[in-house]
Amino acid sequence: MTDACEFTPPADACALPGAAVAAANDIDPAHAGRTWQGPGAGARLGILRRATSIAIVGASNNPARASYFVGTYLLSSSPYDVYFVNPRADEILGQKAYASLADLPVVPDIVDVFRKHDDLPGVAREAVEVGAKALWLQLGSWNEEAAAIAEEAGLSVVMDRCVKIEHARFHGGLHLAGFDTGVISSKRQVVSR
Amino acid sequence: MSEHKFGFRTRALHAGGTPDATTGARAVPIYQSTSFIFDDAKDAANLFALQKYGNIYSRIGNPTVAAFEERIASLEGGIGAVATASGMSAEYITFSALVGSGDHIVASSQLYGGTVTLLDVTLRRMGIETTFVPSDAPEDFRKAIRPNTKVVYAEVISNPGGEVSDLEGLSKVAHDAGVPLVVDSTLASPYLLRPIEHGADIVIHSATKFIGGHGTTLGGVVVEAGTFDWGNGNFPTMTEPVKSYGNIRWWDNFGEYGFLTKLRSEQLRDIGPSLSAQSAFTLLQGVETLPQRMDGHVANARVVAEWLASDPRISYVTWAGLDGHPHFERAQKYFPLGPGSVFAFGARPSGEFATDEERLVAARATGEKLIESLQLASHLANVGDARTLVLHPATTTHQQLSPEQLTAAGVPADLIRISVGLEDPEDIIWDLDQALVAATGESR
Repeated sequence: MTDACEFTPPADACALPGAAVAAANDIDPAHAGRTWQGPGAGARLGILRRATSIAIVGASNNPARASYFVGTYLLSSSPYDVYFVNPRADEILGQKAYASLADLPVVPDIVDVFRKHDDLPGVAREAVEVGAKALWLQLGSWNEEAAAIAEEAGLSVVMDRCVKIEHARFHGGLHLAGFDTGVISSKRQVVSR
Repeated sequence: MSEHKFGFRTRALHAGGTPDATTGARAVPIYQSTSFIFDDAKDAANLFALQKYGNIYSRIGNPTVAAFEERIASLEGGIGAVATASGMSAEYITFSALVGSGDHIVASSQLYGGTVTLLDVTLRRMGIETTFVPSDAPEDFRKAIRPNTKVVYAEVISNPGGEVSDLEGLSKVAHDAGVPLVVDSTLASPYLLRPIEHGADIVIHSATKFIGGHGTTLGGVVVEAGTFDWGNGNFPTMTEPVKSYGNIRWWDNFGEYGFLTKLRSEQLRDIGPSLSAQSAFTLLQGVETLPQRMDGHVANARVVAEWLASDPRISYVTWAGLDGHPHFERAQKYFPLGPGSVFAFGARPSGEFATDEERLVAARATGEKLIESLQLASHLANVGDARTLVLHPATTTHQQLSPEQLTAAGVPADLIRISVGLEDPEDIIWDLDQALVAATGESR
């Protein structure tokens, strides 16, 4: 994390490492029309920067599933300790799979959720109980009840965003694939690994 | 601290071009390498399966090309871009991603000739039918929609007629039918118009023109807005499992990033018209001055168009920035900075003619003489160069057509296309004036 302050948008990335809630005016324009406002790019980068571990809840062993993509990406292209949670699997991507968040050997910083809509408030409660710092609902997942549970307990919340895409946005992967990262900076960039 | 929104000129210089992570190079380096090493077998497998991002082979992606792609995506306000070897290959990979045998396209009839033959000959031969709509009214496009229509296609400013498309109307027609509005925005460049802001879903450029801007380099680019619902049932190739990539589904796995991921991973892989690193570098140099050049092009176009319009030797001028143009109002709305610098004009042949036939023959000869008499303007088949360019279709690209056929093709015998460059405007006008004297025998 030596380069943590070196690229745009730094926003709050280097300030208040414990800040759980995004600055009120750093909101996600992709969700502008919704009642719940998600964190903007700077705040999302801050959540990723402060984390060292990610638990993927609803991880899958099926290579065609989005959770498998995210797991492969995080293991190969990020510095995070990655934990898989799926009570019906023993092993995912060569790693032990855990039955629940409470079974993990660590308190995960980010709980990244791939579960059906109605399960999300329950996962949010579990994330609060284990003391996670952020609840992250994947692309296509939007549950304001789950968000309220997590925010009330002081967790940062991201919904309808992909951890892989957001990490890749700030660490070169998305750029190499021709996508607009929004990063404008005259500082040397951090390569993913 | 809120996110700062960087302006167009800043992004034209910086977007996609952060200093090199390894060397710190400030300019975007030219990565002249076909291939990129894998860390190990697992890394290779993950890259090939699209499980992680990275460089594999320059037909699919290249770091210099990626800088160009991100810069154009940023300027257009799109989610991303895929660059290609030319504007035509950008169109071809887009159509090949969207349509297959038995599908249908609704397109404006006011298109660049190469696009017309792509749709009307090459794609038709592959079982894809196109209806050309000879009108600028969105309702006429709506009437041409069929159950198997997959695309509505138009140019934002037509070449060479200077007609301005009703983007918002066309967008509504396309979206009501559950299909994307695809537009070619070559003559506008992202500085003068960003079609995505007006409802377009996919924007295509021949980067050869204003984006590169110096007549040195061929290139094309496809930008997607990232807002179209590819899961609406009309695009099974976006939602069905893809065998060659482990049964992933573009829409389910990649969401808003799905279409461009498919375009790169399938169409560039299978068809192969990739932009070279060297070309991406020269195009990037062009993009850096796009705002300043377009301001200059439009200012000169206005001076030249107004001068031509006030000249008795000239029969018409098709620049939509003139208040006599049928799309003047529309151009004011979509092009507040001016509708580009490519348009057409006609030189009136001297003398009296007993028949239309005689007049058309004389008009063709006058156009030919005018083109040959120009000293500064270059006679060639391109637009969007920093230099002023001219073309007389009736004696070049359309020379095999009879006067009647020319009229049917919407190319009057006297039509001269001009792409106004960045020279001193008085020199461009001096050149046109002396050539008009030579061609018509009349002084202004």
